[in-house]
Amino acid sequence: MAVPIKHVLGILVDNLSIRGSVMPLSRSSSVNWAKGLNIPRGGKTVIYTGLMYQLMPSIIAMEKMTSKFADSWISNFYGVGRMVNKVISITPFMTWTNASERERFNSILHNIAKLLQVANVDFGYLYDEEMYAGALVHDEGINDVFEAHAHKVYERLKKHNVERVITVDPHTTDMLKSVYPKIIKDYQLEVKSYLEVLAESNLKPLKKLEQDIVIHDSCVYARYEGIIDQPRQLLENAGAQIIEPINTKKMTYCCGGPAESLFPSKARTVADSRVEQLASVGDKSVTMCPICFVNIRAAAETKNLSVKDISDYLVDAYCDQ
Amino acid sequence: MSKVNPDFVEKISGFTEFNAYACINCGSCTALCPMGIDLLPRRMFRHVMLGFEDKVLENTEEVFSCLLCKMCEENCPKEVPIVENIKSIRWYINRDIFKLGRG
Repeated sequence: MAVPIKHVLGILVDNLSIRGSVMPLSRSSSVNWAKGLNIPRGGKTVIYTGLMYQLMPSIIAMEKMTSKFADSWISNFYGVGRMVNKVISITPFMTWTNASERERFNSILHNIAKLLQVANVDFGYLYDEEMYAGALVHDEGINDVFEAHAHKVYERLKKHNVERVITVDPHTTDMLKSVYPKIIKDYQLEVKSYLEVLAESNLKPLKKLEQDIVIHDSCVYARYEGIIDQPRQLLENAGAQIIEPINTKKMTYCCGGPAESLFPSKARTVADSRVEQLASVGDKSVTMCPICFVNIRAAAETKNLSVKDISDYLVDAYCDQ
Repeated sequence: MSKVNPDFVEKISGFTEFNAYACINCGSCTALCPMGIDLLPRRMFRHVMLGFEDKVLENTEEVFSCLLCKMCEENCPKEVPIVENIKSIRWYINRDIFKLGRG
């Protein structure tokens, strides 16, 4: 028996409805990544993190807890947990995060903003007014909660007169670019992933990468959004040699992440298969999604395979460190 | 014993209508699924179309196991909107069985 689906989803729904995010994040955990970058508040064009990278340390902690509980008697108490959670947020107790992990994920956002600055993109940031885009409740099919949340997110963006959004992860990109327009009337927002924005800019490498890198496409970027060439172009322009694994581009293979919160061991089997494919063609891999990064990195621990976010390589090549 | 109930499918719709009528049962989807679950997605959709509500509810875990990775949909020769269909089944379970959502 896996963890009780109803109660886990219930906790996520209550958190989103009551606290605005599937897992509560403190103000500092949400915005600390932007320190020292002097990004103006607001603006017609904003970088939109959707809190995905910031949520990863909590998700890692929650998954460790879930996989411990999955087959134990404690899983019977998820229902009680949900009742308590409506009054007092229980999620922080389940998700003590680790400082080095928080820094790791913040560094990825820092990289992305730095790359946009070097590419002379004029952008602001909503700081603590930015909201989670709702991908998880959308994917789990909790439609009415998702729809209400999406309207709140859109109203927030409109309140700040935002016209263009630069997203940093595939899931938020898909929500804002393809899903919101289907449910929000007269939706007017231009949405691009930072990989598209950088690929369209005339960013010039300052340093050659000269490395063979195995690329892991995100399912959402490749199959939902058709973002396939941009990451390759950016890495190749910097001199990297891209190695394509057996499943790649439109035929990329999932990291297992979407099943992680409900079925941790099944998710791990999928991640192991993917890491097997990546490690069989090289020893350095690159991901472009926070969920892929977490899952591939965990499964690669015992393999001879390094895992980096694409922004780690790009900042190295295109920014003056 | 399940009885065919063509009305059941009307309960299954999300942001779009449930639509798997073009399926020719070729099995490409199941063969390519990284989760390797025999019931997904083709047989599950058949249960929905035949109105076997009990079969759908017996296999809730399978419905929520789908990664939504679209490997199946990318390769479906009949272009069935597989991921939207899975999400529609999830929405029906969340709404009618789990009583989640705004009520």
